[in-house]
Formats: sequence, C-alpha cells, structure tokens
Amino acid sequence: MTALPERTEKKLGLVIDLDTCVGCQACATSCKEWNTQGELGPLHDDPHGANPRGTWLNRVHTYETGEGARSRTVHFPRSCLHCETPLCVTVCPTGASYKRAEDGIVLVNPDTCIGCKLCSWACPYGAREYDYNSGVMKKCTLCVDRIYNETLAPEDRIPACVKACPTGARHFGDIGDPESAVSRLIDERGGFDLMPELGYRPTNKYLPPRSRTDVPPPIGTEVRDSASNALAERFFAWADQLLSR
Amino acid sequence: MNPPYSVIVFTTAAGAGYGLLFWLALAVVAHAVPIEPVLGATGVLLAMVLVTTGLLLSSLHLGRPERAWRALSQYRTSWLAREGIAAIATYIPAVALAAIWVFAPEQRICMLVAAVLSGIGASVTVWCTGMIYATLPTIPAWNQRLTAPIYLVIAGGSGAVLLNLILSATGLWQPLAVWIVLLLMISAFGLKLGYWKVIDMRSHRVTLAEAIGLTGYGPVRPLIPPHTQANFVMREMGYAIARKHRSHLRWLVILFIVAVPMTSAVLQLTTGGVATRLVLAASAALSVTLGVLIERWLFFAEAEHISIIYYSGQQSRKGTSGLASK
Amino acid sequence: MLPMTAPEFRLNLSRPIAQRVAYTTCYMCACRCGIKVHVDGNVVRYIEGNRDHPVNGGVICGKGAAGIMHHRAPSRLRAPLKRIGPRGSGQYVTISWEEALATATEWLSSVRRTDPKRLAFFTGRDQSQALTGWFAQQFGTLNFAAHGGFCSVNMAAAGLYSIGGSFWEFGEPDWEHTRLFLLFGVAEDHSSNPLKIALGKLKARGTKVVSINPVQTGYSAIADQWVGVRPGTDGLLVAALIHELLKREKVDLSYLVRFTNAPWLVIDAPGTPSHGLFARGVAGEPLTFDRASGKIVDARRPEVYPALTGRYELADGRTATPVFANLAERFLDPRFSPFAVAAKIGISPEVIIQLAHDLARVAFDEQIALDQPWVDWAGRRHDKTIGRPVSMHAMRGISAHTNGFETCRMIHLLQVLLGSIDCPGGFRFKPPFPKPTPPPLRPAGKLGTVSPGKPLSGAPLGFPQGPEDLLVGPAGEPLRLDKAYSWDAPLAAHGLMHMVITNAANFDPYPIDVLFMYMANMSWNSTMNVPAITAHLTARDLNTGEYKIPRIIYSDAFASEMVAYADLVLPDTTYLERWDCISLLDRPISDCDGAGDAIRQPVVEPDRDVRPFQTVLLDLGARLELPGFVTETGAPRYPGGYPDYIVNHERSSGIGPLAGWRGISGRDFGVGAVNPKQLEAYVSNGGFHYQTLKDEQRYYRHANAAYLAFAKSVGWIGSTDPIVFQLYLEPLQRFRLAAEGYGTILPPDTHRSRIRDNFDPVPGGALLDLPRSRAFHAITQRPMHMYHSWGSHNAWLRQITAENRIYMNRGRGRELGIGDDDWIALTSDIGRVVAQVRLMEGVNRDTVWTWNAIGRRGGAAALDDDAPEAMRGFLLNHLIGELLPKREGGYRFSNSDPVTGQAAWYDLQVDITRVGGPHIRSEPVFEPIHFSNGIAMGEATT
Ligand SMILES: Nc1nc2c(c(=O)[nH]1)N[C@H]1C(S)=C(S)[C@@H](COP(=O)(O)OP(=O)(O)OC[C@H]3O[C@@H](n4cnc5c(=O)[nH]c(N)nc54)[C@H](O)[C@@H]3O)O[C@H]1N2
Ligand SMILES: Nc1nc2c(c(=O)[nH]1)N[C@H]1C(S)=C(S)[C@@H](COP(=O)(O)OP(=O)(O)OC[C@H]3O[C@@H](n4cnc5c(=O)[nH]c(N)nc54)[C@H](O)[C@@H]3O)O[C@H]1N2
Ligand code: SF4
Ligand code: SF4
Ligand code: SF4
Ligand code: SF4
Ligand code: SF4
Ligand SMILES: [Mo]
Repeated sequence: MTALPERTEKKLGLVIDLDTCVGCQACATSCKEWNTQGELGPLHDDPHGANPRGTWLNRVHTYETGEGARSRTVHFPRSCLHCETPLCVTVCPTGASYKRAEDGIVLVNPDTCIGCKLCSWACPYGAREYDYNSGVMKKCTLCVDRIYNETLAPEDRIPACVKACPTGARHFGDIGDPESAVSRLIDERGGFDLMPELGYRPTNKYLPPRSRTDVPPPIGTEVRDSASNALAERFFAWADQLLSR
Repeated sequence: MNPPYSVIVFTTAAGAGYGLLFWLALAVVAHAVPIEPVLGATGVLLAMVLVTTGLLLSSLHLGRPERAWRALSQYRTSWLAREGIAAIATYIPAVALAAIWVFAPEQRICMLVAAVLSGIGASVTVWCTGMIYATLPTIPAWNQRLTAPIYLVIAGGSGAVLLNLILSATGLWQPLAVWIVLLLMISAFGLKLGYWKVIDMRSHRVTLAEAIGLTGYGPVRPLIPPHTQANFVMREMGYAIARKHRSHLRWLVILFIVAVPMTSAVLQLTTGGVATRLVLAASAALSVTLGVLIERWLFFAEAEHISIIYYSGQQSRKGTSGLASK
Repeated sequence: MLPMTAPEFRLNLSRPIAQRVAYTTCYMCACRCGIKVHVDGNVVRYIEGNRDHPVNGGVICGKGAAGIMHHRAPSRLRAPLKRIGPRGSGQYVTISWEEALATATEWLSSVRRTDPKRLAFFTGRDQSQALTGWFAQQFGTLNFAAHGGFCSVNMAAAGLYSIGGSFWEFGEPDWEHTRLFLLFGVAEDHSSNPLKIALGKLKARGTKVVSINPVQTGYSAIADQWVGVRPGTDGLLVAALIHELLKREKVDLSYLVRFTNAPWLVIDAPGTPSHGLFARGVAGEPLTFDRASGKIVDARRPEVYPALTGRYELADGRTATPVFANLAERFLDPRFSPFAVAAKIGISPEVIIQLAHDLARVAFDEQIALDQPWVDWAGRRHDKTIGRPVSMHAMRGISAHTNGFETCRMIHLLQVLLGSIDCPGGFRFKPPFPKPTPPPLRPAGKLGTVSPGKPLSGAPLGFPQGPEDLLVGPAGEPLRLDKAYSWDAPLAAHGLMHMVITNAANFDPYPIDVLFMYMANMSWNSTMNVPAITAHLTARDLNTGEYKIPRIIYSDAFASEMVAYADLVLPDTTYLERWDCISLLDRPISDCDGAGDAIRQPVVEPDRDVRPFQTVLLDLGARLELPGFVTETGAPRYPGGYPDYIVNHERSSGIGPLAGWRGISGRDFGVGAVNPKQLEAYVSNGGFHYQTLKDEQRYYRHANAAYLAFAKSVGWIGSTDPIVFQLYLEPLQRFRLAAEGYGTILPPDTHRSRIRDNFDPVPGGALLDLPRSRAFHAITQRPMHMYHSWGSHNAWLRQITAENRIYMNRGRGRELGIGDDDWIALTSDIGRVVAQVRLMEGVNRDTVWTWNAIGRRGGAAALDDDAPEAMRGFLLNHLIGELLPKREGGYRFSNSDPVTGQAAWYDLQVDITRVGGPHIRSEPVFEPIHFSNGIAMGEATT
C-alpha cells in the first residue's frame, strides 16, 4: 500500500561522509553488481553501442564549490534517501512503491509496478531510475536482500556499497536509534538532510567536508633574510655536535 | 520535463472529451439543447471516443501497459489512481446518458441523473488529472494553485468548441455555445497568463548548493558528471527549452486557443450562413486542438524538475522575455 | 468495486548468492586485492572483497566490482590469430594453438640460433616478471623489460639507490601512527585500495593530509591542504622546505649519523679522477672524521662520533668534507629559499614556510615513543622505538618527468633529514625491503656475452654502479634496443619500453627480427606519439619490401588497438580463468608489518580457445629447448604449465615463486624444499600467505639486528650488514667523472654535457633550471574507476566514462576567451589535438589535464565506429613526442629522464587556442579498425 506507515520500527539508512569520499565509484559499481543479481534485479544495461547507458541506483557526482584558492572539489554520491514522508510512495497508483513499516526502507515491487514513472517525478533527489528493459521503476533497495540475508556472514549483512567503500565514507545503521553509531556520527559531525524544506524528511544523512587547515603563519622579517653567509655559519655551528653512532 | 507525447495527446483528447461530455450533460440538465437522438449519439459518442483514445494512448506511456488495471488501487493517496477510477466510473453514466438520449429520451429523470453524474464524473476526472501535476512539489512550475483550474478550463473550452461544432454540423447551432466558448477562452487566457507569471517570477529556486546541502561554501558547480552519457533522469526530466523558443510558443498558444476561437466566435455570432458557421466552428475546433497540444507540450517543456539540478547545476534564471512577464 | 490492492510483495531476503565461492586475487588493476568470487556452474555471479586479505581487508574498488563485465566483455579474443591483411587492417584468420605455437617457435628459434638479441621481448601489465624475465634470460636476449619505465622507474631507482626501498610498492606510510601525511603527485597509484583505506583512517582520526598536485580532484579533493604546484616543480618545493628546515635547525642529526652516509667524507679535489668520490680506507671502507678521537676512521664503526661538518685532510694530503656539509651548503643557498622559488612553483612563499613549520612541529615536537625495545645492528638495545610521525608518498606526478629521479631523491632526502624513514609514523619498508643501496645486481648482456643459442649470464635488469656496468659498445653505443644502460639512460633499471618500436623501426641501434609483446596496448595508450608509432609498425624496408619490424607476436586477452598490428596473436584468458602468482620475487602483497604473496586460481573455465600466457610461455620455452624449461632429456620441465612452475620452480635452492608453505612438511617460510601441496595450501587460505614480522623486527629495519638476521635467513638479503641511506650518491659521481673525461669508459661527445649536468651526487642542482617552452603544461590523471584502456570494453565502467574533456583553470580560460564546453586546440611540438573544454577552479593556472586512456580508436575493444570514446575521447599521447628535438651534435635523445630513462609523459607543454565554429568530434581522427568477423566474442555472454 502506498499509504505511508504511521511510524517505522527502525529508520535504516546511510550516512555519507563528504569529507572522506574520494569519488572512486566503488559504491556505484558494487551497487550495480549486487542489485543486478539481487532480488530486485536485474538492472537494465545498453552498454556496448554508441550511447552506453543503463539503470544505476547510486551515482557519484563531482562538484566544485567556491572560487579561487578557497575552492574545493566535492564528491557526492547520490542514491535514494529512504525518506520518511516521500511523495514517491504516495503518488504511486498501484501500490508498487511502498515504505516498509519495519525498517523504513522504500522499495518498488517489480511485479506490480506499471512503469508510469510518476514516482520518479515525485522524487526531488533524482533517486529513481526507470528500467527500460523490464519496464518498471528501480531504486536503491538499501540492499534489503543483504542486510537480513542469513546466508551471508553477519559482518557482511550491510549494503554492498558500504562494504565496498574503500575509504569508509559510507556508514549504515538505524538513524532512528539515537544511540546507534550512525546517530552519534550525525551528531558529532553535523550530519544534514538534503533539501529539508521539501518536507520529505530523508533518512540518509550527509556529513559536511571539514574546514581546511592551511592557514599560513604570518611571516616575520627574521625569516626573510635567507641571504647571508651568516646563515650557513650559524647552521654549521649548530650542526657541529658530538653525536654518537 | 521531457514532453511525453502519449501523455500530451491523452490529456488533450481526454480533456476535450470530458469537456464535451460536461457541456452535453449540462445542456441536458439545463434543457439548453433539443433532445435530438443525433446530438446524443454524435456528442456523447465523440466524447467517449476521445476519452477512450486518450486513455489507450496514455497507456503507451507505461512500461507495463498490461498491468494498467493495477493503477486503480491506491486511490487513497494517489491522484493518478483517482484519475483512473474517475475515468472508468464516468463511463457508466456517460454510456447511460447516450443510451437514454438515443433510445429512451422520454426517461427524463433517468436522463437527468445520468447527465448530472456524467458532468460530475467528467469534471472530477479532469480535476484529478490536474492534481497529479499540481501536487508535485518537485516540479515548481506545476505545483501552484492555477494548474488544476487550467486543466479544467481548457478541458471545458475544448469541449465547448466541439459542442459548437457538433451543433453547427447537426443544424442545432445556437449562440449560447459560442458565448460559452468565448467565456472559457478568456478565462483560459487569464489563467494561463497568471500561470506563466507565477513560473517566470517564482523567486525561490533551489540552488545546487542547497540541493547538496553545502551552503556557505560559495557557489557550487558540477565538475565531473557521474556518467558521460544521458541517463533516465536526464532524459525524462532534463528537457530545457530555449527562452526565445518558449516565448514564441506561448504566443502560438494564445493565438490558437484564444485569438482564433474568439475571432471565430465573433464571426459566428455575426454571420448568418450555416455553411460559413460550420467552417468557422470547425476551424475553431481545429485551432483549439492544436493550441492545447502546444500548451500541453509547453506545460512539460517549461517545467523544471528539481532533481535536474544535480546534473545541470542550475535551474534556469527567473524573469524571462516570455509573454507573461512582459 | 476496488479489490485490487497490491499483493503483499514477497521478497526472499535470504537468497544465497550462488552455489560456490572461490577466493582469488583481483586483476582489474595491479593492486592485487583479495576477492571472493561467487559462481554458479561456470558463470560468475558476484565479486566482493575478501575480508581476511592483507591488501584490501574486504573493500573493493570501482574497477574490482566491475570485474564481471571485464570477464564477459564482447571484445574478448576467442582463438589464436594469424594476420592475413596488411598490418593495422584487422584482417585475421583464427588458427589452432598448435599452428600458433609452431609458428612462434619457428620464428624465435631462428632468432636464437643467429642473434638472440634480435628478439625484443617487452611486457606491459605483467605480474609475472619473474617468469618473463627468466624466459628472456634463458633465451639469451638482453632486450627485455616490463612496463616499469612507463610508471615508476624514477621512484624505484631513486628509492633503491638512496634508501633501499621506494615509494613505488616497496614501502608505505605508517598509517597507524602518522600525524602528518604529504602526498606528492598521486591520483590513484598501484596501491589503490590501501591508499584509500588509509586516507579514510587518517580522516577519521583528523590527521592532516596535504596533497601536492596541480589538480584538485580525488585524493587532493579531500586533503586538508591542497598545494596546486606547477608540474615539474616539486623538487624545488622540497628544496625550499629543506632550506627552511636547515635554517630552523630542524633536522635529526643523530638519525643522520647513525643511518646515513651524511658523515662520510667526500674527496674534494676538483680536476682529479677521484674528486667527489668517497674517501676510502685500504679495504675500500668509507671514512669519517671521529670527533672523539680526532682521527679519520672507518665510517661504519659503531663507536665513533662522526663529524657532520668541517674539512679534513686525508692521509694522502687531499682534503675531504662530510657529505652533510655538502648537502647543507647546497640547500642553505638562498637560491632555494621559499622567496626565490615560490613564483616558479606557482604558490606563495608563505605556504612553503607553513609546510616547513608543520613538518618540523610534527616530526620533532610530536615525536612518539613506542614501548617497543629493539636491538640495532651493533647489538645496542633501545628501550623505546622513537618515531617522527611525518610520512610521505609520491608517484607518477613526480616520476613521469625528466627531473623525476632528482625530485624523488629530494623527497627521500627530506624524509631522511627529518629522521622519518622506517620509524613509527614515518615511511616504512614493505618486506622484502629494504635492500642494499642499491641492490647488488648488475644488468647482464655486456659486449661479447650475448651469443647464439646461449642464455644470458644473468638477469637482463639490474643496478649499475658506474660506467663499468653499462651495456655499451666501444664507441659508447647502446647494446640494448631500448638504449637502457647506455649513456642515454645509465640507470634504466626498468628499461625503456616506450622506445622499443621507434628504435626497432629506425634500426637504431640495430634492426630486430621479432618483437614479442605481452599485455601492452603499444599502438595506442601506452605509446607516445601514436601517429608516428602506427607508422613505424607498418613501415617497410624499401630494399626488401618487408616490414621494418619483420615479425610481431602479441598476447592480449581483448581486441585492442595493438592486436591489429600483430602478425601472430596469442589470446590470453581473463584473470578469472588462470593461475597466477604474486611473488616476493616480483611485486608481492606485503605491507609494512609483514610479508605476503598470493595466487590467482581459475574460478571458471574459458568458453573459447584461449590459453593463459604464462603457460604458453613455458610451452614456448620448452619447444625452444631453453635451459631450465626442459629436463635433461629435453622434455618440458613444467608440463603442467604455470601452476606446475609456480610450485616446482626454484630460483635458487629452496627459493621459489611462492614463499609460503614450503618444505616437505609445508611449514617453512621463505626457504624450503618444493611442497607439491603448496597451491592447495594457498587456495585453502583464501589465495594468499602472510607472514607477520615480530614486533621487534618492525622498525628501523635498515639497522635492526633481529630483522636483518631474519631477512637474511629467508633469502631477502645477502648479509646482515646495516643498510646505509645514501644521501650522496657516489655512483652518480662516477658517471659525472666519466663525462668529465676520467676513466676508460667514456660517453660519446654528444652525451657528455647531459651526463655532467644530470648526474649530481647531491640532489637538487638540476632543478633550478626548469624549461618552459609553451603556455601550458598538459598532464593526465588515472580515473579511479578505469584501468588504462580496459574500462572501455567494460559494460559498466564505460557508462561512467566514455569520453573525456580537457580541464582548464577557469580564470585562465576567461583570460583567453575560452568558455565552458568550447572546443580548443592543443598544440605541441609534434601535433595538435582538438577537444572540448571544462573549466574548473581547482587546477594550477598553467596546467591543463584530462583523464588517461579514455580515447579509443573506433572498432578497437569491440567499440562502434561512432562510440563516444572515438568521437569525443582523445589521448594526450598524440602530443607527446618520444624523441626530443635535436641537441647539439644532431642527436635526438628520447623523451625520458636522463638518469633512469623513465618516460616523461608529464613534461608535455602545449599552446592553446579556441577553435571557432561548430564542432562535434575530437581530433586527430583515426581510421577505425575493422577486425574480421569472429576475432572477438562479439557479444557479451552471461
Ligand atoms: N584506477 C587506476 N589505477 C591505476 C592505474 C589505472 O590506469 N587506473 N594505473 C596503474 C599504473 S600502471 C600506474 S603507473 C599507477 C600510477 O598512479 P599515479 O601515480 O596515481 O598516476 P597518475 O594518474 O599519473 O597520477 C599522477 C598525479 O600526479 C599529478 N601530477 C602531474 N604532474 C605533477 C607534478 O609535476 N607534480 C605533482 N606534485 N603532481 C603532478 C597529476 O595531477 C595526477 O594527480 O597507477 C596504477 N593504478
Ligand atoms: N598520456 C599518458 N600515457 C600513458 C600514461 C599516462 O599517465 N599518460 N601512463 C603510462 C603508464 S604508467 C603505463 S603503465 C601504460 C599502460 O599502458 P598499457 O600497458 O598499454 O595498459 P593497458 O591499456 O592496460 O593495456 C594493456 C593491454 O592489456 C590487455 N589485457 C587486459 N587484460 C589482459 C589479460 O588478462 N591478459 C592479456 N594478455 N592482456 C590483457 C588489454 O586489452 C590492453 O590491450 O600507459 C602509459 N601511457
Ligand atoms: S529519495 Fe526519492 S525515491 Fe527515495 S524515498 Fe525519498 S523521494 Fe522516494
Ligand atoms: S512507476 Fe511503478 S512504482 Fe512508480 S509510481 Fe508508477 S507504478 Fe508506482
Ligand atoms: S544500499 Fe544497496 S542499493 Fe542502495 S546504493 Fe547502496 S548498494 Fe545500492
Ligand atoms: S565508494 Fe566511498 S569513497 Fe568511493 S565514491 Fe563511494 S562513497 Fe565515495
Ligand atoms: S584496487 Fe585493483 S586489485 Fe584491488 S579491487 Fe580494485 S581493481 Fe581489484
Ligand atoms: Mo604504469
């Protein structure tokens, strides 16, 4: 049913650290790899012609902020944020799009989706991608078929992208539990919502890049005089020490 | 938004059909037209043909048209489901209305009931269509008070020109139809100007910095795209129309849905010849159809989806040389 | 009326991934991560990182996770090929393996019978150099090298000659303890995942990361400080840092006297043949001035108090000064002050001073002391292990310049001055390093030692210590085809693969008969000057009408650009279909705390007529009856192919390709008898073996008695003598003396000034003069998700990047009237490239850059003629000349580091103009390759 659950038992989601993400695309390809073989796969690919394209549930952008010496390059992975009050679910005419009451994961049922694409129109985050092959909508599954998968080792019951991420920029957990590691991280690092004013109440959070520590010290005049022999003399006098081997 | 042709044709055709149905129903209730079987047959039938064609066409937009029936289930939250239900529900009184009109015009009460329900069904369906768009905060152009009324008025207008045409063709022409056309076209003009003004002047547009949550770091620009070829989101929502182009098209909309039908209306009211009137009515209908198609195309083309900002880095600037802002 | 609520969706949340799991080593790049491959029948379903693996600890990168699509690529070759059309036409017929091997044997055996050096065997992305090098040696050709001259020989040579390890693979920062990390010129490196894992840890800890790089992407984007230098100026930057540190008296003098040649005396006798050499005693021992006794004594003795400064008279009356005094004098020179060099580097002097401050503060004020006692080489016990937690890493931004060797030495010098090598928090060696400085191996193939039908006397690659080790003829002419170890590139420890095709086609120094290449796309992205190289590959000798390079044998797994130029193609398997060995004899998987090696095992069977190259090479060796490849009776020595060799081959007694589970019992490490069950042991351990070093063996290994003894016992080093860091490189002075006319082996006149100017025992001198010929430097970066040209046949990676832009500083673009998306022309000395521009802030003003190896030729890699790679992709390689303009004397040197022969990809300079008019594709445009049908798989399989 596309009516949203009143509340969910858990709020599972991702916390993505923009301070650490190097834009390596590991989360993007491992997401593709997992989900194309997973319960909600396969994912469309039309990769070998003049216009290679396909369905991806996670894409990594690179942006640039600021100007001149103060500018920075920011890598920005983007996938479904598993919003608490998302219109992508409520606009769905079929009930294929739904939010799980137990953990808040937003999914699409590929057996009932009619591919009307309205949910993708309703998502401000561009997180839903239509599958041209199967004619249904696809989106990040939060790896629901990994995180509860009893055939995997317990430590592997995390999303594929989180396991893959070489820098550890991606964190997974219950954002609804204030004691969880992810909640603490959000607190410590000032995790934020994307476009909160739209009222979708994303579950996933982003952590901001840290401020830079490259402020040069003021330079005194003593430092400037590098010229003289005095410098060498002084240095050699200092280096003339009794040093044991 | 990339204009989806099936949806454009669907809303244009179905809108005209529901409009026509509405006016026929109202005419029945108000006793404004003679209960001639030929009128019932052609009128209601044409309305239902338009609606049906539109609905069938709209299923082309679906990835899995064979599952279209599923789209009725979520009426509690989904305007699309409501539209579907209303559309289907409207068939019942509409078919009844046609049947009674042709075969049992003497059943006044039944006919009235069928007419009232048809009129309501038609209006509700069109309203739902409008609300599908109007309730999407992700597409600020649509997400405004005027969107659903415009759907309603344009459906009414295009229904009215059709009714006028049918009346002319069946020799049942009467000035009232033309007055209705005039009224609706003027309203459409006003509403559309208002709509354009809103989208042109909308002061708050999301910036990329807001979209990625990094305000306070200076302007944000896309540097390296996540993939070098266009994907679904970019193709579906990344349509951007050139400013000049868009203002030309707005003029065309005004020309086709307002200027031509109004001129035609005035001429119809002042001319006596049946044949001339028929030609005038037909040209008005043709013009409105064309105009609505362009209007619908523009409706999509002018609407920007918030998510596109992740790719393009900017939503187009406010204040355009477009019609409304002048 | 509305019964149709959606049926409750039944998800199987516990679906097993596949029937079986196999552990092997990834080869989507050279990083060697452990992977867990899930397989149904013969179909690979899913690949993930192996949590237990020392390299990646479970993570996987963008490429590794797309391995399935590499394995399934439609461009996979399906059978051996024989060329039937002209070279480059792509016309081939498939032939049987028997025919292919017989043909190769015929060609090669005639070369071996007549003149084995007329075989040039060069390998690209080769992880089996221990085998390929051995093949060359046994065949008897000195013309062998792998691709190290492309990447990193500057790093390897500078490191091995100076500190006995190197940034390139043989060491890494002590990520656990470091408190300041400087990254020079790295986009990705071979250490892909370890570097990312480590950066993540540093970030989590709040450790400051500084990236010195003209471009602010990737690692530079997350650095706490980005220093956007002009390419080629890092050496100057480091010199200025050293200048500041000396000025502030922030160098670790006791580290210098203990572990380096800083106190060794250098003869100061200009105009004599011993000038600049170490003052040595009768047994050749280096001398120092002992301040305690006031005598000149053996510098290696533990009990002396060596002087670092002063001037001393030797017994024979000559004077000598300590190395350190020479160094300090050079760097205290005001020409190296931040104010003097900052403008050349393109940054402000304040930044340099601040960096020097940071270095000094962290190294000395934040010194760490681990509660770990250790015993030094002289038997002295140290209660604590002291650390200067400043670490550095550098790669091709440094190495791919003609001053790369010099720059890399500078960085090592800085590290040593700070006392931060192999200490806690510093830069630490990965076993089997450190090795003596340099390793005691000289290149084989001297004049008169290469003869028909005979193996080479030793390995073709090594480390010359003076002119006497060069491979040159009587007139100083090169003996190797690539001119390695000649006066063109005396310390070319990895060869000059980028010169092989040009030299062979120019008969310079001599013609060859067979060019045999493996896994290198040498007609495209791994060559300089693509248009000229393709012309060389098809050039014919006017007298004979034959191709100037008469025969080309090539092994690739995919239909690459190079395949189109081969006469005989030996199709390889993919990495999931073969055995491999990642050996301590080559490029192992060690980290600074332990020694590791690994295997690759076939996880699925090939579905086409292909064979693993290593097995094919062993087969060829046996057919050629090369010593070692056959038994006494002439039967193949390794009939089981590569896995047979991996287990049974012994390089020297008890030492083989794999170090783990040796011996009859399977319990020996390093040295031990052949264990027939060795591969099984590797397989059951997840594909690798990892030997942790004991706690007391982990630091100061160049002088750590416990470590040195262990390393000797497992065959990594020949003696337990401490390894002394060479801040002053005497071998370079030997070459310089030759250039000044001393000795018997002298450079030709054309080469003298080049040798004299570039062989400086104290680094830094050559860095002051940085040639600037055109408006912009043009460089490439590796995209993290693509491995060279391999990404473009990969269904997923190609979707991420199928075309490239040229990135330019926004302000600079504005000044030139260039806007975003404009098309611009880049002009170099040899060509012109037209490409589309993207403006950005985070790039040095004088630099433009693009992604490496995205442009492809239409038709190659099973791409359509109008693929974006061909339409809008491009290579900077079209602009990079492999030969420098003529020097006085008319000689054209290769575009390489004058010391090591490292290919100088990043010395490229270009002028830029805007191209008006509508443009749809990049230039130059290459004719697409149209391979005959059936060459490649054609379509992806599942
Ligand atoms: N993903 C991926 N990984 C790879 C490879 C691959 O193709 N893809 N290739 C492998 C191979 S063969 C190699 S050799 C390694 C090389 O790995 P890297 O050393 O990372 O090589 P590059 O990508 O060439 O990166 C060079 C970096 O140096 C910068 N640079 C250029 N000139 C200068 C300079 O003068 N000074 C400074 N400070 N920086 C400079 C460039 O901006 C760039 O960021 O990577 C290996 N790993
Ligand atoms: N402009 C510019 N040019 C550069 C560089 C640069 O930074 N800038 N970098 C240089 C450097 S450091 C390097 S190392 C070179 C790398 O350049 P190359 O060595 O040419 O590297 P690849 O493109 O990876 O191509 C190697 C070939 O290996 C094939 N291959 C892939 N897998 C297998 C396999 O399993 N078996 C076999 N037999 N073949 C296989 C591929 O199809 C490809 O044709 O490029 C150099 N060129
Ligand atoms: S991110 Fe988009 S798709 Fe995901 S829950 Fe929110 S609105 Fe829906
Ligand atoms: S595309 Fe599928 S999931 Fe999305 S709204 Fe339509 S039916 Fe629902
Ligand atoms: S949680 Fe799973 S589905 Fe979502 S982005 Fe990560 S890998 Fe993809
Ligand atoms: S895997 Fe991690 S570091 Fe790489 S792009 Fe994704 S979030 Fe960033
Ligand atoms: S870094 Fe290289 S070896 Fe490791 S997973 Fe990635 S591609 Fe494979
Ligand atoms: Mo390389």
